[in-house]
Amino acid sequence: MKVNLKINGQSRQFLIEPNEYLLDVLRRNDYLSVRRGCDNTSCGVCTVLIDNKPVPSCSVLAARCENKEITTVEGIEKEVEKLAKYFGELGADQCGYCNPSMALTVYSLKLENRNANIEEVKEYLVGNLCRCTGYVAQHEAIMKYLGDES
Amino acid sequence: MKVVNNLTHSIDGMGIMKGRKAFTDDFAEKDTLIVKVMRSPYAYARILKIDDSEARKLEGIEMILTHKDFKRIPFTRAGQGYPEPSPHDKFVLDEYVRYIGDEVLAVVGRSDEICDKALSLIKVEYEVLEPVLDFETAKDNPIIIHPENEIHEMFDIGFKPKRNIAASYAMEIGDVKKTLSECEYVIKETFYTQAQAHVMLEPHTVNARMDYQNRLCIYSATQTPFHVRRIISQGLEIPLSKIRVIKPRVGGGFGGKQAIHGEMLVAYVTYKTNKPAKMIYSRKEVFESSYSRHPMRIEMTLGADKNGKLRAIDCEGLSDTGAYGEHALTVFMVTGSKVLPLYNKVDSVRFAGDIVYTNHTPAGAFRGYGAIQGNFALESAVDILCKKMKMDPILFRQINMMKEKETSPIFAIMGEGTAGTAMIMETCKLEECIEKGMDLIGWKDKYPRIESKDKIKSVGMAIAMQGSGIPYIDMGSATIKLNDDGFYNLMVGATEIGQGSDTVLTQIAAEELMTTVDKVVIYSSDTDLTPFDVGAYASSTTYISGNAVWKAAKELKEKMIVEAARILKTEIENIDFDGKTFTNEISNEKITLIDLSNQITYSHEQKQLQVTSSYVGHKSPPPFMAGFIEIEIDKATYEIDILNYVSVVDCGTTINPMLAKGQVDGAIVQGLGMAHFEEVIYGANGKLISSDLLNYKIPTRLDIKKLTTVFVDSYEETGPFGAKSVGEIGIDTPPAALANAVANALGIRITSLPITSEKIFKEIRRINDEK
Amino acid sequence: MEVKELIRAKDALEAYTFLNEFKGSKVMAGGAWMKLSVKSVDKLILLDDLNLDYIKEENEFLEIGAMTSLRTIEMHPAIKSLNSGILAKAIKSIMGVQVRNIATIGGSVMGRFAFSDLLGALLVLDCRLYFHDLQEITVFDFLQMPKVPSDILLNIKIKKTAGKGYFHKVSKTHLDFSLLNIAITKNKLFKIAIGSRPQTATLAINTANFLNSQSEINEETIKKAVEIACDEIKVSTNLRASKEYREVLLKTYLTRGLEEVIK
Repeated sequence: MKVNLKINGQSRQFLIEPNEYLLDVLRRNDYLSVRRGCDNTSCGVCTVLIDNKPVPSCSVLAARCENKEITTVEGIEKEVEKLAKYFGELGADQCGYCNPSMALTVYSLKLENRNANIEEVKEYLVGNLCRCTGYVAQHEAIMKYLGDES
Repeated sequence: MKVVNNLTHSIDGMGIMKGRKAFTDDFAEKDTLIVKVMRSPYAYARILKIDDSEARKLEGIEMILTHKDFKRIPFTRAGQGYPEPSPHDKFVLDEYVRYIGDEVLAVVGRSDEICDKALSLIKVEYEVLEPVLDFETAKDNPIIIHPENEIHEMFDIGFKPKRNIAASYAMEIGDVKKTLSECEYVIKETFYTQAQAHVMLEPHTVNARMDYQNRLCIYSATQTPFHVRRIISQGLEIPLSKIRVIKPRVGGGFGGKQAIHGEMLVAYVTYKTNKPAKMIYSRKEVFESSYSRHPMRIEMTLGADKNGKLRAIDCEGLSDTGAYGEHALTVFMVTGSKVLPLYNKVDSVRFAGDIVYTNHTPAGAFRGYGAIQGNFALESAVDILCKKMKMDPILFRQINMMKEKETSPIFAIMGEGTAGTAMIMETCKLEECIEKGMDLIGWKDKYPRIESKDKIKSVGMAIAMQGSGIPYIDMGSATIKLNDDGFYNLMVGATEIGQGSDTVLTQIAAEELMTTVDKVVIYSSDTDLTPFDVGAYASSTTYISGNAVWKAAKELKEKMIVEAARILKTEIENIDFDGKTFTNEISNEKITLIDLSNQITYSHEQKQLQVTSSYVGHKSPPPFMAGFIEIEIDKATYEIDILNYVSVVDCGTTINPMLAKGQVDGAIVQGLGMAHFEEVIYGANGKLISSDLLNYKIPTRLDIKKLTTVFVDSYEETGPFGAKSVGEIGIDTPPAALANAVANALGIRITSLPITSEKIFKEIRRINDEK
Repeated sequence: MEVKELIRAKDALEAYTFLNEFKGSKVMAGGAWMKLSVKSVDKLILLDDLNLDYIKEENEFLEIGAMTSLRTIEMHPAIKSLNSGILAKAIKSIMGVQVRNIATIGGSVMGRFAFSDLLGALLVLDCRLYFHDLQEITVFDFLQMPKVPSDILLNIKIKKTAGKGYFHKVSKTHLDFSLLNIAITKNKLFKIAIGSRPQTATLAINTANFLNSQSEINEETIKKAVEIACDEIKVSTNLRASKEYREVLLKTYLTRGLEEVIK
């Protein structure tokens, strides 16, 4: 079957199977920044934004995304640069596997509540696991990013 | 120092967060065969018959591989230096399957769906055998897990497969029995640790293709590309020169990728079919069919005199290496060698034990590598001893622990798989670590406990050490070349797996070459293009690979000065170089690095300036740390809130202070996972039940209230710019610190991991029932 | 998950017809749990075009469409003010925002999951379910049905009450299934629900009746109420916790919860 997806502002048509999940359709069409970490919505690594809301792309059927606005990190490059700058400053980036999905989730938090305090940041991001960093530096970087008015 | 020990952004964080192609699967060929493995449903069985006739008929199935397709060449999957201290006890595929999740056969097809369909059509007949699931009954069990004739050790590691022993070790300094008999206070306790899972976020993955030189080119998420190349060559009898292994960005390893996973099968498929092939482990396969931490039983006996001096340590261990013996001996030895020297002034010390086979998921390398298990036992035992002696646990440690300029006889005896290396602790700031840590956590006001209506707050602590590479065995090298326009390429075999080695090594080169990190372009871990490095393990990268980079930078600088002297027509002693400009100090004539590099590339006396340098350590200077935990326990439910974990670390110079802090923070959280949050559960038939992220829970952002990590001033002369290692030290203290805090809060001692609320509840109930 | 055919139902009748006419057909709500629990479906029925994603606030009721995401519900101001916000609290504790953006109230209710954290909260609120065929039924009666009806859930209606509420769940980490969860409301009367026992949430009717018959609630009456609850509510052992430990959790948090709502 065919599905029309609007990815990072670009409308594209894909040939898909009815049971294909958005993650697999994206990856086999070269959106390699979206990655797989687990098989059951537990890790957050596959997060993309649909209509600016973070969702687990491993569990969303591509067929249900007809005409929805999908955002991957490539679509928010300026925001990522800002966040990455603070991650770099605070040593918050290690293996980086969870970073693109985190950037998208943080961006959607910014849209929803840019005055979030650190507890709210932790709550919002609890579904984005990280095994490398112990989280602390990430939270500090995210607070700086949210407070950056530029 | 201008670059080292200064704030430096990681060189790759921006690009990776932007989503650039970076990880192994990002480089898989578009048109690739998929390799999927049928995994054993039985803990121990012999394959009698495989009926794959229906599966072979399927459109899109390229091949089906069984044990009959491979020559019987045993190898070890462990990524270690050759000859490996792990038994060669694995075949690519075997007629025996030895754990639920072991490889039965592999199907190779055009897509995941076709492979899944094929797997469902294959019928396998097994002779189901009785498994050995209890490691305490494995030794000399009539059931033999490895009856094969061809398996062997590479040198004496105590390999006795007919007794289900993968390896053994024993050493004694002095006479422990005698010393204990003279001690005023003796305590003995038995500790159990669990088969913690790494849960790196990127599942194991590998892809291969034949390149235009008709060579096998493999991208693998691995910590040891050079070892992978060698093992594939030996296991499949492919000439080493025909194999290239590239390690791209790796999404976490922590030791779980320090061994072969899918590389053998994928390499074989591509080599045989000439077509690209790939394999990605599902998260379930990562849990069940990769590696875990070695669960151990450690019996610790301590003896002290009435002055509080620790006189004897007797440590008897039993380690469960699961179905195959990767890292069996070496992890076990570290349980002693990187823990017992903490109390170096004892009269006698004994460390011994066996590593046995069981029909469980194989255990392998995992950050800490035995030290976390040993630390849990020793540092818990010390607090138990102090309680018996009615002595303050901090005072006891201050009297008995390792101090700067001291040594331990254990260093000379115990290496990692072989004999050790004697060394003096040129840097050991444990005293300062303890003092600072006590201050930061508020120990004096909080020890041992503060009780309120519903809760008890308490503190606990532990000290730890680790190592910095394996002396005389681990080798790292670096190549630096000067380009036109005055910038450098740095090629290292060292493997960046997220710990920041690319950044740290770039900083070291930049510091020595007196330039900035943007002028040093690093490329790492390609067996064709980068010089040799053992890989990311044993906390060796900063110390060993870093020293290699430092040496290479120094040598390149000398070579550049020779050119400058020639161009400026003077002796090399008269050349001053500040990173940008060469000055003839006598005539004051100058040439910039940019001009020099362009000149020697294009115009006159052209040559490529490039240096390759190697480093092997002669010692393994340990980092040290003191870890302090503050918890709040619910008096009714025994739920534990972790309020703060203070880590004070001596790792020498922090090449990158923020990344070093990140290493400790991340390791502490993993250690707390091992200590409390994560729970490995097996079913009665040997099946791993905690085999997905819904059931195996790693700490989340909301589970630990605060981490406080600081470093003390320390400079290790033998390390690059004074650095030791920092990759593993953080993981060792949380289990004992937590156990000690719980003991301080409730007066009860939990001796097995994880320490859970329900375990505390059961222990208190048991004590009350006994009364 | 294998899917032979994907059907976007155009209205509730069509969805209901497909569900009942064809064996091997299933309705997909959020889809997250279905991915893990179902191997293959012949006809997968989607309700995406039924306009069931809404929250309507009336004077006395809140009406929530069955396809409304959990995240939308937890953020709604009227939900946040319902009985100390217990429904919002319960929902917020489930997984992370990603899952809550696709999981729906309809899917969570129809699943009757034993581990559900929000069923208890719905039980202690005045909550009714509205189906295409079955029409109206209370959450309690729905949970008692031996089989889930082959029907299309359209919406749930919650009466707006402003009394006190308490929700607590015990779990090993913030992303884990609960070992036990407790929901209490005190409007005119007490309502108490215990869930993830590990069995599905259920009302502690005798306990509530006892409390509701008392003229004064104090330490004594709370102690007695908890005794009745431990007697009437069955807890058992599973991988996550033993029966004995769950009994301790029940006692402790029911006591603390009752103390909380009478403040």
